[in-house]
Amino acid sequence: MKPRILPLGDSALLVQLGDQIDLEINQRIHTLDALLCADELNGIIECVPAYATLLIHYDPLTLSYAQVSEWVNSKLDQVGSNTTRRPRRMEIPVRYGGASGPDLEWVAEYHHVSVPEIVHLHTDQTYTVYMMGFTPGFPYMGKLHLSLVTPRLDTPRTLVRAGTVGIAGAQTGIYPIDSPGGWRLIGWTPLHPFDPSGTLPFLFRPGDEVHFTVEAIDA
Amino acid sequence: MLEVMDVSGLVTIQDLGRRAWRRFGVPLSGPMDAFAFQAANLLVGNPLNTAAVEIGTGELELITDRDCVAAAAGAGYSLSVYTWEFSLWDSCFVRTGWTIRLKKTGFGMWAYLAVAGGFDIPPILDSRSTYLRGGFGGLDGRLLQAGDQLKTGTPKSPLERLWARTLSPAARPAYGTSPSVEVVPGPQADHLTKEDFDRFLSNPYRVSTTSDRMGYRLEGIPLNRRNNADLVSEGMNVGSVQIPADGQPIVMMADGATTGGYPKIASVIHADLPLLAQCTPGRDSILFRTTTVEAAQEKYRSMMEKMRDGIVHL
Repeated sequence: MKPRILPLGDSALLVQLGDQIDLEINQRIHTLDALLCADELNGIIECVPAYATLLIHYDPLTLSYAQVSEWVNSKLDQVGSNTTRRPRRMEIPVRYGGASGPDLEWVAEYHHVSVPEIVHLHTDQTYTVYMMGFTPGFPYMGKLHLSLVTPRLDTPRTLVRAGTVGIAGAQTGIYPIDSPGGWRLIGWTPLHPFDPSGTLPFLFRPGDEVHFTVEAIDA
Repeated sequence: MLEVMDVSGLVTIQDLGRRAWRRFGVPLSGPMDAFAFQAANLLVGNPLNTAAVEIGTGELELITDRDCVAAAAGAGYSLSVYTWEFSLWDSCFVRTGWTIRLKKTGFGMWAYLAVAGGFDIPPILDSRSTYLRGGFGGLDGRLLQAGDQLKTGTPKSPLERLWARTLSPAARPAYGTSPSVEVVPGPQADHLTKEDFDRFLSNPYRVSTTSDRMGYRLEGIPLNRRNNADLVSEGMNVGSVQIPADGQPIVMMADGATTGGYPKIASVIHADLPLLAQCTPGRDSILFRTTTVEAAQEKYRSMMEKMRDGIVHL
């Protein structure tokens, strides 16, 4: 799809590079985000990457829509050819199964494979943080191995503990704070994805590459 | 220092919000009526982004342990200091030991109490705004409670230059129980048929009682989406008007999620957000009409200029 630039109200501009969850489109979003962040205009507040779009918040007292639009257009041409974005790589240790991942056995039964095979499928892949949202610091990552694609719960749990690793559809994520949640829970990591009082409050950034390692598999 | 003697309702510390953390999924937060919030700060000589108290639905009583200048702005409240009644949009002198009271009255939902020097509260993610759902910002991410002690900062000007000032009525928003609110058509305006977009503009929508700081849900003629699929999630903004499957619009407000998957058919413009915010849920209705981005930005600039030029001594 041809890139589209559209206003979202009087203080934001939306860049659409596609309309689906697709790793290649998403990586172009992160490249555009990196290009814009490296050459910020006075009056740009921030860019919010999502699956196939980038939302640019700006101060309407400083910048007009036309100015922001021109700035974005000047970078769009470089998105295809740009190879300079070097994503940060993160290793996340996970305790799989048991109380840490109460749905692990169900997931194994659903796919007719063993629990260690599910863990292998989850740790064998390198994931991209497509975007962050839902709660502060929640990384939407993908994509899962085809044999691990799993439907979400029919009824979300009212409480999922911070640090819990879940899967839903072709995605995986980590709950940053205690919150309700509808993903299938397969493990838990002691790393805190969100610590509001810390100097580095967020473990992840949009565009990071993430790899899970096995700390333990509990029965 | 101001000590909270008595408090009820939705009373929190707010500044203009967390502007650079939305890419991590952190909502903006900040005041529901950003105009009244900034005007209250301007009246007491503070920078516009200084922390102030937001009050919604409840009542508040504070006592000061030093001479200070305070101002309240917004709608739906009356201000009394010691035994005297003051109007909203006026700054007044408060002597050591006097009480400041905000009481619910008349039309409106939100008011702001600013003191010269602001409230000295440690920022979380560059902001002093309270985010109740996240449990951080302001006072430990929670509502104000009786017994809370709010440390005040140093005023920017001598107090005698700050009291007895007002924002001229011509510079204030034209609040009302059935405001006309301007919107810019959204990226998914074409998810409605032309007929349904016209229905959105020609019928009143009432603010539902399920509204809160995250979003104002509206009730009116349901709007049918052309195809019933949601989008893959994308960024959204305060003021974004979303259409979920039931066809009843939801307008994202201060604590609204940073991303979402419902079609965004329009966005309420900055200059008119205060008119929507002050509507009473379950009672007041709004009528939408479209404008352009350029006209919306011009209206907002002119509104902010009028605020800056509109502060006069009584």
